[in-house]
Amino acid sequence: MKNTVLKIEDLEVSINENKILKGLNLEIKEGEVHALMGTNGAGKSTLVKTLSAHYDCVVTNGVITYKKKNLLDLDVSQRANEGIFMSFQSPIEVPGVNNSYFLKTAMNEKRKYAGLEEIDAMEFLKHVKEETAKFNIDRKLLQRDLNDGFSGGEKKRNELIQLLMLQPDLILLDEIDSGLDVDAIKTVANVINSMLDGKRSILMITHYDRLLELIKPDFVHILNDGKIVKTGDYSLALELDEKGYEAIGIKDESK
Amino acid sequence: MNENKQIHDVINKEYKLGFETLVQSDTFAKGLNEDVIRAISAKKDEPSWLLDFRLKAYAKWLKMEEPSWAHLKYPKINYQDIAYYSAPRKALDSLDEVDPEILKTYEKLGIPLEEQKQLAGVKTVAVDAVFDSVSVKTTYQDELEKLGIIFCSISEAAHKYPELVKEYLASVVPTVDNYFACLNSAVFTDGSFVYIPKNTRCPMELSTYFRINALDTGQFERTLIIADEGSYVSYNEGCSAPTRDERQLHAAVVELVTLKDAQIKYSTIQNWFPGDDNGKGGILNFVTKRGLCKGDNSKISWTQVETGSAITWKYPSCILAGDNSVGEFYSVAIASKSQQADTGTKMVHLGKNTKSTIISKGISAMRGTNAYRGLVRVGKNASNARNISECDSLLIGNKCHAHTYPYHEIRNSSANIEHEATTSKISEEQLFYISQRGISEENAIAMIVNGFCKEVLKELPMEFAAEAKELLSISLEGSVG
Repeated sequence: MKNTVLKIEDLEVSINENKILKGLNLEIKEGEVHALMGTNGAGKSTLVKTLSAHYDCVVTNGVITYKKKNLLDLDVSQRANEGIFMSFQSPIEVPGVNNSYFLKTAMNEKRKYAGLEEIDAMEFLKHVKEETAKFNIDRKLLQRDLNDGFSGGEKKRNELIQLLMLQPDLILLDEIDSGLDVDAIKTVANVINSMLDGKRSILMITHYDRLLELIKPDFVHILNDGKIVKTGDYSLALELDEKGYEAIGIKDESK
Repeated sequence: MNENKQIHDVINKEYKLGFETLVQSDTFAKGLNEDVIRAISAKKDEPSWLLDFRLKAYAKWLKMEEPSWAHLKYPKINYQDIAYYSAPRKALDSLDEVDPEILKTYEKLGIPLEEQKQLAGVKTVAVDAVFDSVSVKTTYQDELEKLGIIFCSISEAAHKYPELVKEYLASVVPTVDNYFACLNSAVFTDGSFVYIPKNTRCPMELSTYFRINALDTGQFERTLIIADEGSYVSYNEGCSAPTRDERQLHAAVVELVTLKDAQIKYSTIQNWFPGDDNGKGGILNFVTKRGLCKGDNSKISWTQVETGSAITWKYPSCILAGDNSVGEFYSVAIASKSQQADTGTKMVHLGKNTKSTIISKGISAMRGTNAYRGLVRVGKNASNARNISECDSLLIGNKCHAHTYPYHEIRNSSANIEHEATTSKISEEQLFYISQRGISEENAIAMIVNGFCKEVLKELPMEFAAEAKELLSISLEGSVG
C-alpha cells in the first residue's frame, strides 16, 4: 500500500468573503500525478494557493492533512520546508535580490529545517551546474536578480531550476505551460518526468493537453463551482479535449 | 487579513539598546541662559576665547528662528525644559577609573574600551566614548600619537591644541549657519577632535560612540576632523539612547577639513531610540555635518545608515573648493513606526573639475515619512563640474510616505549633472513568493532591503557593514501591511 501524502476533506475556502471552494475532497498518494482541470473560476488556483498558505485564501471549513501533519497549522515557509513547492503562473519579480543568492538561501533554509548542514557556495554552484546541464537550461539566469526583467519563458525556466534544486515532495504546478512554445513545454515535461521517482507526487493545473500527453497523469479531476465533480484517468482529459465541458454536463460559466 | 497582524508583530521588535545605566551624575538644572553657558565652560575649564565664542553664538541664537521648511511635524521644542550638561560623577582619566557601570554599558553595546594587542591582519578600532556630555575614554591615543595623529575629545583639544581648534572651529559650519548649529556653538559639550598630519595614513579606524543616558538632557556634540596634506583617515560614528517616553534633543555639529591630496571617509550608523509606534519618545536629531575639501585633489566621503531617531534633520554636505576635489554621499535612511526623516546632502562645487556622487536610499514602513532633500550647486568658476545623483525610495505597506526634493543651482554651463529617482514597493506577493521557497517572511524582507541598499552598504568599513545589515533587518522585519 502506498502512503497518503495529502488528504483534503470538506475544504471550504473564501477569498475576499466570496466562497470559492465549497466542500472539496481529494487524496494524493506517494508517486501519483494528479491533473486538475475545469473552467475559469472553478477554483483551481485557489486550491493550490490554499495548500501554500497564500494570504488571500481563508479556510472556513475542512481538514488538510499532509504527511500526517495538520497542514493548516503551518505557515508559508514551513510548508515549503516540509516539501511543498508551488510553481507560479506568473513568477514574481524581486529586483535587488540576486537569483543565485536567493536559491542558495532557500536550499539552506530547507536543509536547516531538516537538521542538515548548510551547503557552501562551491557545492551549490557545482550542483546547480549539473542540474541545469541535464536539461539544457541557461544558467545565466542565476546571475541576474530574481525574475527581474525576465521574459515569460525565462521565468518558467527559473521555476524549473528551483524545482530541481529544492527537490520537493509535493509539487503544485499552476499552469506551468502557459505562454510557452512547444520546445519549452518539452523541457518542462522532461524536468517533471525526471522527478517522478515513485515517491514524489504532483498536482498540476493545466488547460493544455500537450503537457498532459507528455506527463500522463494517473488521475484527472474536473473541478466545477468549488467541488470535484468528476474523476477519471488520462482518458477523461482526452474526452474533455475532444467534446468540451458541456458534453460531460458542465456549464462553462466563463463563456 | 491576518498577515497584517503578523507583520505588525514582527516590526514591533524591541529597540535592543534601550536600557538605562544607573550612574551618579552631575546634571545641570534645566534651562538656558548666559550663566548656564559660563557654567559649561567652567566645568571644562575652557580658555576664555572659547567662552567668548560660545557667548557670541548664544547672543546670535537668541535672534534666530527655528526653521520650519523641513517635511517634519513635531511639537515646538521648549529650550528651557532641557538640561544642557550631564556628566557621570567620577574623575575619568584612565580605564581603571571609569565607573564600572559605564564600562558595562559600553560592553553591552559591543563597544570595546580596552586596548588589545594589535594582531597582524586584525583591524583595530580606536574609540572615543562620549557619555551624555563628556568623553569618558579614548583608546589607543598613545599609539596614534607616535605617528603624530591626534585623537581626543574636543575639550581636551581646546587645552592642548588651541591653535588648531581656533583655526578650524566653525570654519566649515559658521556659527550662524543655522538655528541648531548656532545653538550647538553656544552649548556644545563633547565630541571628538582628530588631526592627521601630512602624508600620514591613519593605521586604524577611528570611532566615536555617543550614548545619551541622562533624562531630559540634550546632547550637543561637536566633532572636528582635519586631514592635513596627503593624509587619509576613516572615521566611524555610532549612537544609541535608552527607551523613554520623553523626547530628547540631539543637536550636533560635525566639521571636516581636507587639505591638498587628503581624504576623509566618514561613516555613521545612527541607532538612536526611534520612539514608539505612536511617535511617543525618541530622539530629535538635528545635525549639521559638513566637509570642506579645501585643498586640490582632496576627497570627502559621507556614508550614513540612519535607523533611529523620532525625527531626523540632517544633510551631510561637501564644499568642493579645491580643484579636482571629490565629494560623495551614500545614505540609507529608514523611517518606520512613526519616524520622520528629512535628510539628504548639499554638494557645492566651487573648484575646477570637481566631482560629486549622491546615492540615497530611503525606506519607509508602517507610518514613517522619509524625505530626501538635496542641493547640487555649481558656482560660476567651477568649470567641468560633474554630479551624479541617484535617489531611490522603497515603500513597505500602505501608510508610509516618501518624498524627494532635489534642487539644482547651476551657474556654469560646462557642468554635467545627472539625476535619477525611483520609487518601489515591497509587495505581499513578493514576500509570499520568497516564503514559498522556504525563506521566512522576516528574512525575505531583510533580503529585499539589503538588495535595495547594497550600493550604500558596500561603502561601509567591513565591521560596520555587518552591524548595519543586522540593524536594517531589526528595524524592518515583516513590515508589509
